[in-house]
Amino acid sequence: MNQPAVQNPAPAVTMIAMTHVEKWYGEFQALTDINLTVRKGERIVLCGPSGSGKSTLIRCINHLESYQKGEIRVGGTRLGDDAKTIDAVRREVGMVFQHFNLFPHMSVLENCMLAPMRSLGVSKGEAEATARQLLGRVKILEQAEKYPAQLSGGQQQRVAIARALCMKPKVMLFDEPTSALDPEMVKEVLDTMIGLADEGMTMICVTHEMGFARQVANRVIFMASGAIVEEAPPEEFFHNPRHERTRKFLGEILSKH
Amino acid sequence: MNYQLDFTPVIDGLPALLMGCLGTFLLALAGMALAIVIGVGGVVLRDSKIAPVRWLVKAFVEIIRNTPFLVQIFFIYFALPLAGLRLDPTPTAIIALGINGGAYAIEIIRGGVQSIGKGQIEAGLALGLHKAQVFRLIVLKPALRAIFPSLTSQFVLLTLTTSIASAISAYELTSVAQRIESDSFRSFEVYGTITLFYLVISWVMMRFFSAISTRYFSYPVK
Repeated sequence: MNQPAVQNPAPAVTMIAMTHVEKWYGEFQALTDINLTVRKGERIVLCGPSGSGKSTLIRCINHLESYQKGEIRVGGTRLGDDAKTIDAVRREVGMVFQHFNLFPHMSVLENCMLAPMRSLGVSKGEAEATARQLLGRVKILEQAEKYPAQLSGGQQQRVAIARALCMKPKVMLFDEPTSALDPEMVKEVLDTMIGLADEGMTMICVTHEMGFARQVANRVIFMASGAIVEEAPPEEFFHNPRHERTRKFLGEILSKH
Repeated sequence: MNYQLDFTPVIDGLPALLMGCLGTFLLALAGMALAIVIGVGGVVLRDSKIAPVRWLVKAFVEIIRNTPFLVQIFFIYFALPLAGLRLDPTPTAIIALGINGGAYAIEIIRGGVQSIGKGQIEAGLALGLHKAQVFRLIVLKPALRAIFPSLTSQFVLLTLTTSIASAISAYELTSVAQRIESDSFRSFEVYGTITLFYLVISWVMMRFFSAISTRYFSYPVK
């Protein structure tokens, strides 16, 4: 803990390692030879046209999707098809969805307390304390007793972020977290994500918010047709894209904004 | 119409009739409790990984929903003793009502479960909950809320179906009425009276279910 971290920082710890991952839906190949290493504290932005496999990729990391070939390691765990490793990985990996997916029959607070109590076995008091602290961090503590349907989309998504954080994850996956939001609510969610990045959270974000990518990402990854086409730091990615498909995609997406 | 109304037997029999109402209520409530257990359990088993279990649930639903309740109750009461299972009329009626209501409840609740978005389930799984926990903690309540009106009318129907249990002399309102009627021949008065009683019983049941709905399912939705 007291290492002098000035000159020679400890070698970065690998959080996620995907090697030669392949996935098919029947005849259709959804992921082709995916190789991706994410180190602790890294922020990755995944982008690409719809159907390019970016959501499928991050959904493989917490096994919401299975894959047929290759290997995924999260932390020290090699993800298998067995409940034991899947559980171990899901407890360490938080996920935020496009459509928030808050549980409608539970208050905001209950949404945040459910999994720590039922999955980690945390006591009610401790779960509530954590939930309140994290709801405060996403600036929505005053809505703790409300139900999801009483909140705006942006507020719901911030609750969803807090809910995932309540599990104290080591990695956060964001699957188009702002795509279902009205434009005026995008910023509050992005600001929350930027705050999280500033605190050193390891993050993989599927998003088309290129401003966010510029500001936060260590690396931007462009996918097309189920494969990783290009991978570069944002500066290089935006100003000097190597592949034709990347250039075309950037042309389309940047002209929209 | 020279018929002279005479409610004396009904008035004399009122305590017995009111006890019969109580019997009907208890029969209905016990039957519903069993039907809920069968309904929720059946929904879980219907999606079992084990194919024969799925077939069994489907076959159960089809058999029960496509045969008369009277035959089902006769089968349990008269046929099962030949296989060594002898039950009193009232337990027989409860089991028959539970099985019958359960078969309908399986189909109704399944509709509710299917109405729950995949995203809800994925959110639960991503939070590290097991499949069974996801069903119990995340899916079940919104699913029941979605189909609660249908379940209510099915259970009011179940309440009225208790009268068929009079065929095996289970303790409930219609069998009490039959006894009074056969002693007094005052059919019009007796059956007229219990018709009103059944209306009240149905009304009470509906109030009961709407109270449950208010208590458990009144969270806001968009």
